[in-house]
Amino acid sequence: MAGFNKVVDTYEEALAGLEDGMTVLAGGFGLCGIPENLISEIKRKQTKNLTVVSNNCGVDGFGLGILLEDMQIKKMVSSYVGENALFEKQLLEGDLEVELTPQGTLAEKMRAGGAGIPAFYTATGVGTPVAEGKDTREFNGREYLLEESITGDFAIVKGWKADRYGNVVYRHTAQNFNPLAATAGKITVVEVEELVETGSLDPAHIHTPGIYVDRVIVGTFEKRIEKRTVSE
Amino acid sequence: MTLSRDQMAIRVARELQDGYYVNLGIGIPTLVANFVPEGMEVMLQSENGLLGMGAFPTEEELDADMINAGKQTVTAVSGSSIFSSAESFAMIRGGHVDLTVLGAFEVDVSGNIASWMIPKKLIKGMGGAMDLVAGADNIIVTMTHASKNGDSKLLDACTLPLTGKGCIKKVLTDLAWLEIEDGAFILKERAPGVSVEEIQAKTQGRLIVPDHVPEMTF
Repeated sequence: MAGFNKVVDTYEEALAGLEDGMTVLAGGFGLCGIPENLISEIKRKQTKNLTVVSNNCGVDGFGLGILLEDMQIKKMVSSYVGENALFEKQLLEGDLEVELTPQGTLAEKMRAGGAGIPAFYTATGVGTPVAEGKDTREFNGREYLLEESITGDFAIVKGWKADRYGNVVYRHTAQNFNPLAATAGKITVVEVEELVETGSLDPAHIHTPGIYVDRVIVGTFEKRIEKRTVSE
Repeated sequence: MTLSRDQMAIRVARELQDGYYVNLGIGIPTLVANFVPEGMEVMLQSENGLLGMGAFPTEEELDADMINAGKQTVTAVSGSSIFSSAESFAMIRGGHVDLTVLGAFEVDVSGNIASWMIPKKLIKGMGGAMDLVAGADNIIVTMTHASKNGDSKLLDACTLPLTGKGCIKKVLTDLAWLEIEDGAFILKERAPGVSVEEIQAKTQGRLIVPDHVPEMTF
């Protein structure tokens, strides 16, 4: 039976159906745990006018930063975009729109989006520019903001190991936003370092259960380090 | 003498308690990890999804999949845990972190903090700072008391866009330890050799000076 075989062989198949103007959720924190090859495939396809939801936008020349080179991103939803000169240039020149979102709110927007919760209240951002235009409500004497959840047409995710059912585990802090993005994509594509035999992952230790995952592809990764710090 | 960066970290470290879960921001707050008292156990939370952050790795331990919120390569201590960003911020927003230490551009007498944006100059994003200040009860802000051209950063009202409203109660500057209560800064301790008058001159917001303001010792 192939009903639960999520594995695809080419990156072209992995992102089949991605079209101009779509919203893409991407896992990763800085350059850690980013779906490097899926990002490269978006560049190769030259899909344009994308809204990309990701904590950061890579760096110049690597990660999501490469999608800026041909102006493929129309709007970025991120918590921190400070590592990218081209980003700043396009933002200042009005070629790129950015919605700066507190990191915890961004994570919760994806988590809630994937869980079918359309909005939630949070204290984060009350009294700040983030609150502009948003409803507030008091609970137990404290003011909270109403934040709307996020879902995407595609989620692009970097895992460590997966089986053909799309059960995924992440490695160390490369987990970050990946399991959240995975739940909130209409089509969720996971690229992994290793495809493992069914049954070899402990069911109780699965980070992303296969129900969230539509396609799995095995890739090779550069895993560039953004800030290399070592002790003597 | 103004406090050095290390002295500021040492002073903050005196607020640590055995068994604390602590989130340290970038800059001086990070240095606090170097001054955890001997025999005391604290767990450092890094908001990218690590509870129990350890030292920087050796060349042999270096691993691209093991970083902290400042994107530096790190290690994890024995007893650590690793989780998603949503879980990480559930800890932060749910008030489970015992102490948060972070930097700022300005704080004011109402406990407001501005730390992320200078309009038309610095617009890189707030990262996790808004979640941290909204979620934590026990926050220490570390900052210089005044800017390089002498402008006070302790104000009646913040001038920059806020990171959080009414959430700051403790501030350590290079000149003083202050607490915010009832619409004023209370001067609690002075840096060694720094006079009350100098602190008064460099504090724009309402400042209450108790009869006795002890000097910090190092």
